[in-house]
Amino acid sequence: MKKEKTMKLSLPTEELMGSGHLACQGCAATLAMRYVLKALGQKTALCIPACCWSVIDGPFPHSSLGVPIFHCAFETAASSASGLKAGLEMVGDTETTVVAWAGDGGTYDIGIQALSGAAERNDDIIYICYDNEAYMNTGIQRSSATPYGAWTTTTPVKHFKNRPKKDIDAIMAAHRIPYQATANTSYPEDLFKKTKKAKEIKGTRFLHIYAPCPTGWKSRPEDSIKLGRMVVQNCIFPLYEVENGEKYTLNIKPREKKPVNDYLRLQGRFRHLKEEHLQFIQGEVDHNWERLLKLCETK
Amino acid sequence: MKKVIMGNHALSWGAQLGRAQVIAAYPITPQTQVVELLSEMCANKTLDAKFIKVESEHSAMAACIAASIAGARTFTATSAQGLALMHELLHWASGGRNPVVMGNINRAMAPGWSIWTDQNDSLSQRDTGWIQFYCSSNQEVVDTVIQAFRVSEAVMIPSMVILDAFALSHTYEVVDIPDQEKVDAFLPRFNPPIRLTPSAPHAFGGLTSPEHYFELRYKLQKDMEKVPDLVEKTGREYEKIFGRYLGQVEDYRCEDAELIFVTSGTAGYTARVGVDQLRQEGVKAGNLRIKMFRPFPFAKVREVLTKAGKVAVVDRNISYGHHGMFYQEVKSALYGQDHSLPIFGYITGLGGRDITPETYKEIAQLTLAKDKPEEDITWIGVKR
Repeated sequence: MKKEKTMKLSLPTEELMGSGHLACQGCAATLAMRYVLKALGQKTALCIPACCWSVIDGPFPHSSLGVPIFHCAFETAASSASGLKAGLEMVGDTETTVVAWAGDGGTYDIGIQALSGAAERNDDIIYICYDNEAYMNTGIQRSSATPYGAWTTTTPVKHFKNRPKKDIDAIMAAHRIPYQATANTSYPEDLFKKTKKAKEIKGTRFLHIYAPCPTGWKSRPEDSIKLGRMVVQNCIFPLYEVENGEKYTLNIKPREKKPVNDYLRLQGRFRHLKEEHLQFIQGEVDHNWERLLKLCETK
Repeated sequence: MKKVIMGNHALSWGAQLGRAQVIAAYPITPQTQVVELLSEMCANKTLDAKFIKVESEHSAMAACIAASIAGARTFTATSAQGLALMHELLHWASGGRNPVVMGNINRAMAPGWSIWTDQNDSLSQRDTGWIQFYCSSNQEVVDTVIQAFRVSEAVMIPSMVILDAFALSHTYEVVDIPDQEKVDAFLPRFNPPIRLTPSAPHAFGGLTSPEHYFELRYKLQKDMEKVPDLVEKTGREYEKIFGRYLGQVEDYRCEDAELIFVTSGTAGYTARVGVDQLRQEGVKAGNLRIKMFRPFPFAKVREVLTKAGKVAVVDRNISYGHHGMFYQEVKSALYGQDHSLPIFGYITGLGGRDITPETYKEIAQLTLAKDKPEEDITWIGVKR
């Protein structure tokens, strides 16, 4: 008798996200929420500022999530989470994990002051940035998370973004927070493990989740998982953890570092780039990768 | 217990007696002593609260709102530029029906930098859906904070307790500090029917279509309209326990007055001295001090002013391109009433220039010299 092949399911089957959400096809931010809630469980409260997720969740009186949400002001994800945690503790709830769940605009740009404040105070919250590299909810405008070379509606191809993506992870490391990590929905076990780990630590924790956006990136919805794999294999978005701003751990080191071209060519937002631009991007990626490897060297 | 305390500390005492549970605040002159004393109260554990020392007033209000959603009683304090920075969140607090109580020290808005008093900071927030109380003594500050928690939590609308920079914030007065046990009986723990908790997960403030939004705002207004009666009732209950009545307005020697000043804040206290001096000189003057600006006490204002011969509204603020803001409100309150009462509008004391009993004498002279106002703004003490 032929032995049946079975795949071991390592994530819990319990779902805290329903199917009635309003996300676009191929939205990785939606997957990110699903996996994160599997790791955090039902005793979780979210502060969601203006971002795709303030729409994805569904309009009043509906919600696609089985955890409570405070839809807060754009620039207040972190300060709202700090207040919510303090409020819950004062009414006797010390168990609930309070999460600020914001996009890259709400994190890198308008919300960075509140985030820096909460991190410096080491308030007991998990801050999660799902990074789709532009203001996607308002219709694809550039943010400081938009990578070099990308087209957006405010960086037209004739004047594409000519500054690198802001290094938010280095900024957070400079706050000496107890735990931070990069993650990616194409590596769900890694994301799950990091979320679980973050949950067990006290103080400000920061998760930076790379989230392909077919609508804004002009990519095919069915390529979102593939893009997530590629971006780790070509070292544009490496998966790593930082403890106390100092101890860097690289989670995945590709056996063979892939060139950036294949990744960029799958996305319409980079279609206008010429060979020289691609070479420039490759040079930047190589430089950043070497720097990260040095940070991850055990001392 | 009687203590000599400054106006700012009166706010801190109000917050402690009211057993605020979460405080999030940022320092700004002339508010700093409020948060300094609250920090000490938390450190000494005379106040069991979490004090989040935020990096801006914006985050202060955001944190208070979120803590309030969790069901905690929250307090903060600010002034001028800080209040303006909070503007967006002020709408968030009232629209989300979060009964935050906040002290605001009336300070003139920059530029040029000023730390002295006028009311443009708080009055330019009048349409944000907050209840606004204006105080004229340190005793009133303590009593108002305690009652503000009660009123705010009853209607789920936030309150601002307002006092003048330096003229009150840094003035030391004898204050009868209410007994904690009696305050506890008057003000039970905040226990909102709906709160954010994982045991009953709800989304607060989600995307609201035209199908629902309108009704949310209608309900806010309807509840705001309940506040005048509630302030009367709460005030009478407070009076029974503590012997002091707050109310919406304070009328002083208005019964037979041929001229009634309409005033607010410490200038409203000075007005009583002006009234006494004028009466000694044979002018039948009175003073109506507005204690609650939002919701505007229309009924009380009508009741007192329709007995007057003339009304002189004294504004320490201005709505550029319009008039003094109390003047606007008083005219609106008396519109369509069966009388032909002349209402004069005066603007004085901007940026902390003193308002003295002499100011009121000058205003009385100008008002009594004319049958009706010839302009909507008469400037007092401006150098031209």
